[in-house]
Amino acid sequence: MADPIIEISGLYKLFGSTPSNVMPMVHAGKSKDDILAETGHTLGLKDINLSIERGEIFVIMGLSGSGKSTLIRHFNRLIDPTEGVINVEGVNVMDLPQKELEQFRRHKMSMVFQRFGLMPHRTVIDNVAYGLAVQKVDKTTRLAKAKEWLKTVGLAGYEDQYPNQLSGGQQQRVGLARALCTDAEILLMDEAFSALDPLIRSEMQDQLIELQEKLHKTIIFITHDLDEALRLGDRIAILKDGELVQQGEPAEILLNPATDYVEAFVKDVNRARALTVDTVMKPPVCRITSETIGEALTEMKKHKDDYGYYVNEDGYQGVILQETLEDAAKENAEDQLCEDVYEDIPTISPDSVLEEVIPDTIDNDFPLPVVDEDGDLQGQLSRSSVVKVLGNS
Amino acid sequence: MAEKSWLMEFPQMERKDLVGIRKSLDGLYRDFSREYGDLIESFFDPLLYFLVWFEKLLLATPWWVIIAVITGLVYLATRSWKMSLGTIVAFMLIGYFGMWDNTMRTMSIILVCTLLSIVLGIPIGIAMARSDRVQAVVTPMLDVMQTMPAFVYLIPVVMLLGIGKVPGVIAVIIYAIPPVIRLTNLGIRLVDKEVMEAATAYGASAFQRLYQVQLPLAMPTIMAGINQTIMMALAMVVIASMIGVKGLGQPVLKSITNQYFTMGLLNGLAIVVLAILFDRVSQAYAKRTQKHLGGNQHG
Ligand SMILES: Nc1ncnc2c1ncn2[C@@H]1O[C@H](COP(=O)(O)OP(=O)(O)OP(=O)(O)O)[C@@H](O)[C@H]1O
Ligand SMILES: [Mg+2]
Repeated sequence: MADPIIEISGLYKLFGSTPSNVMPMVHAGKSKDDILAETGHTLGLKDINLSIERGEIFVIMGLSGSGKSTLIRHFNRLIDPTEGVINVEGVNVMDLPQKELEQFRRHKMSMVFQRFGLMPHRTVIDNVAYGLAVQKVDKTTRLAKAKEWLKTVGLAGYEDQYPNQLSGGQQQRVGLARALCTDAEILLMDEAFSALDPLIRSEMQDQLIELQEKLHKTIIFITHDLDEALRLGDRIAILKDGELVQQGEPAEILLNPATDYVEAFVKDVNRARALTVDTVMKPPVCRITSETIGEALTEMKKHKDDYGYYVNEDGYQGVILQETLEDAAKENAEDQLCEDVYEDIPTISPDSVLEEVIPDTIDNDFPLPVVDEDGDLQGQLSRSSVVKVLGNS
Repeated sequence: MAEKSWLMEFPQMERKDLVGIRKSLDGLYRDFSREYGDLIESFFDPLLYFLVWFEKLLLATPWWVIIAVITGLVYLATRSWKMSLGTIVAFMLIGYFGMWDNTMRTMSIILVCTLLSIVLGIPIGIAMARSDRVQAVVTPMLDVMQTMPAFVYLIPVVMLLGIGKVPGVIAVIIYAIPPVIRLTNLGIRLVDKEVMEAATAYGASAFQRLYQVQLPLAMPTIMAGINQTIMMALAMVVIASMIGVKGLGQPVLKSITNQYFTMGLLNGLAIVVLAILFDRVSQAYAKRTQKHLGGNQHG
């Protein structure tokens, strides 16, 4: 764990009139339903431990009522926890007095809301500039900045409209511009795209990814949609009834769901689109490093497969068949390996999604070599591994 | 004897006890008003000066200036030529039928009462919206103020301050202030939770939230409250005239006791004219300034 920016440990939230009296029941391990039935208190979050890295998109996922909104509202203390520690850049947010908490919210975090949370009585540009207005930045500066951000999200020219004159997608762009306008390092997004129709939604996802490449913010993104989570998330945490059931990288969650709940979640995902080559590829079985045909043949015979990947200092060179080598060895075993003996097989990149490489994988009899940007051989992707991953969904 | 009849007759307290309670309470209050009446009266002196000054101002201003100013305000608020023309005609008729001075008196007292109701009512409404406990205390008081017959609270007010403008204003305000308070409270409580969260999330202080978000968004509701307050203040004009508030109420009162039907009708109509005027102007103004708030989020 390189550089955690937010660390949450032992976080509990109990909604109700006298949470402290009911906490012993929670610690005793009673279920959410029992606690609600016996005391009328709702267990919102239970023993949450999280660490979020600087610069990553951390997705929190779960069904309706699983406590996602409750959790994200703890980051900037819109909700106070019943128990637990929230550390942001080493500062325990729970210890901040009101004035410092306000400063913290102004400069450290900004938030995008599911139903946009725009102020209907302010123009679009005043909405975007709101965070700066709260900070008492002077009017010309903040309007100039707001205008820049409006342009960035593609809403130049809408400055003087009111939110209710905009479509849902446009309103959420305003919401995004407002969040970016304060230059806060951490961006909280509570189901920011859930209210939008699928087309606009994927447009917004693209835009967010594009922005993130430039801005490198730390983004905490809430969604109940696994496809969205997989598309955006560097890491994903899954909540169920206020408990974290699994967290990890997208592929990890897809390939090794921790519980039945997670499995049910990932069942319907289009894996071909969600997984990249590097999550499915195997290490190369036969890596040939010899210079000459004869030595290469010897090397290859040590493995049971009748093909190998030739690699030298310059990286991956090509696929060679045992058959071809044997023929070539009859002529002159001392010859250097050269292009003449390579098979005509495409290479694939570890970052491609499976969907893109399926045709090539099917067309070729050998596992495809996976070669990274530097030309190094990373692994091999066989027809059977693809079928296996896609098949057991 | 009580043992036998308590099933048939309500076991009420002895008459002489009741009289005793009444006497001692009345006595206490009388002593209180003798002791502090002057002090309290002097406390209200600034209000009295203002009332007198404002009434004199309206009375001393030439009628055509008044009509011009009112029509101008009506036009500014409603942007309607019809309303403006109607205003001119109505005031001409009021003047023609000899009710000009009384109309000015009534208008001055209504304006002052409305102003005071707003100045007192909005902060109370804000306090109620911020705290459930304050709301729990104030709501029953408002219920009493609105349902208690006006004559009942006229008694202590008159005992304390005598008859005149100030007790009249107090009586009118007691009766008319609840809508502003209630609707300020309601309006603030109805402000979209997510918008409030947004303000908080961007680090707005309680004061910034109130001024930048809650009050502007509650304004349509608050305006409706103000509108109702004006209407209720006008409804109190006749009752207030019983304790010496001059204006359109007095001739109405005289008409009731002397059965002057036409005089009652004319003065009553003048009150109606004022009511319609205040109502339309405040509503049109509210509507025009709040047009972006209308409808839902998706326009
Ligand atoms: N203020 C509150 N008082 C009482 N219970 C609450 C409160 N806020 C949330 N809860 C409860 O906490 C649980 C989690 O709610 P939360 O809003 O965090 O869910 P969510 O995962 O965001 O769901 P959704 O996808 O519908 O937004 C629910 O059972 C809810 O009833
Ligand atoms: Mg939610």
